Amino acid sequence: MCLGVPGRVVEVDGFLAVVDFWGVRKEIRLDVVDAPVAAGDYVLNHVGFAIRRIPAEDVAETLALYETLLAELDAGDPMAADVRGELGAAGAARRG
Amino acid sequence: MGSAVRALEFRDPARGRALARTLARLTQEIGRNPVSVMHVCGSHEQAIARFGLRASFPHALEVIMGPGCPVCVTDLPEVDEAVALALQGVRVATYGDIVRVRGTARSLADAQAEGGRIDVVYSVTQAIELARRSDEEVVFFATGFETTAVATAAALLDDPPPNLSILSAHKFIPPVMEIVAEMPATRVEGFLAAGHAATITGSAIFEAFVAQHGIPVVIAGFEPLDILAGLARLLELIRDGMPRVANMYPRCVTDAGNRVAQERLWRVFRAVGGCWRGIAHVPNGNLRLRDEWAARDARRRFRIDLGRAVDGTPHTLAPQCICGDIMAGIASPDRCPLFGTRCTPQSPVGACMVSSEGTCRIWHEYGGHPDLGATA
Repeated sequence: MCLGVPGRVVEVDGFLAVVDFWGVRKEIRLDVVDAPVAAGDYVLNHVGFAIRRIPAEDVAETLALYETLLAELDAGDPMAADVRGELGAAGAARRG
Repeated sequence: MGSAVRALEFRDPARGRALARTLARLTQEIGRNPVSVMHVCGSHEQAIARFGLRASFPHALEVIMGPGCPVCVTDLPEVDEAVALALQGVRVATYGDIVRVRGTARSLADAQAEGGRIDVVYSVTQAIELARRSDEEVVFFATGFETTAVATAAALLDDPPPNLSILSAHKFIPPVMEIVAEMPATRVEGFLAAGHAATITGSAIFEAFVAQHGIPVVIAGFEPLDILAGLARLLELIRDGMPRVANMYPRCVTDAGNRVAQERLWRVFRAVGGCWRGIAHVPNGNLRLRDEWAARDARRRFRIDLGRAVDGTPHTLAPQCICGDIMAGIASPDRCPLFGTRCTPQSPVGACMVSSEGTCRIWHEYGGHPDLGATA
């Protein structure tokens, strides 16, 4: 639960954003993110809230770990389960 | 898949091997056996165990998990309060990991079996949705460190429906590092700080700790190479006798941290002293709602009658459980007589085997100490 999950912002509407997580679109809150966010930015998300706009040059390095974990099919893998939990925390996107 | 040891997985094996050699050289240069460093994050332990990193640590280097599992350190009376509310007929929404953790006599799962209404949510926003669709009182039993408390704070500041209140068991990491650093049995020479908690607080928050205790703190990310690089920096600072804060995770952590999140956090919460399960009283370690939020504070909104919640016998194996020593970093799971035999994820005795961030659960799933040929 301490592991945030990165995603790409698709659209912003006030304090709500539609964020793409490996092809799945979810709604994320922007109340506590540290910098203005626009479509195309990557954000780190925790329990349904963006907590950090990831600098563009660091995006590829940040995504790699999660790609390894999401390829994990073993349901008992706690780290992969935590990542899936974070994805579950994001609301299903109403648009997009 | 039990305790099968996984192969080392690196995106850049050459860099992984180079860092492992650096760790060996630095540990030798320090010249003590063991050199003990501690991390305070369940996700760090998951990565260390999952990617088999301990197999690449020199034998003299001990990397210990401290109180880094928020569900595990949630104290018995805090679970009792949530159980009592559920047994009183209040609907309790909470994160899944805490549901099977026992308080004095019962877990929320037990309360549910006795007719209590428990809703598992992934986010406080889902608890708010439940409250919005219902006329009943909904209490969000809020666990987690400052990273998670920020979300609870933001939710309260966004004018949630009047039937939602908060039972806060949120914990604040920096103060517990002071407590663990002072424990004579742990002999911690350096801390690896949790990357995503530091995303909120910033790296500067650790300066006072370093000045006071003379112990270096390195902030590290969660990639296998991030962790090895963080440990190498930490060992360098130990070798050079240079206690300072080093940020090895600048892509997510800045000096000042996330000021927007901090402002929201402290507008809703204040840090008060309280017990952490298995650790001790931690001054300023608990986050509780400020007086301005009394109407949203389940502890002030309800008369919580602990009677039934604490009425019963603790787990019969509880006296043998060493979760407390494990969370303090004094013992590792393989020292526990129950580990993997009478205490398993399917039938857990202590909180460390329940949560996906608990040391015992992580070691049980991944194998904790592979020691592949590393034994001297």
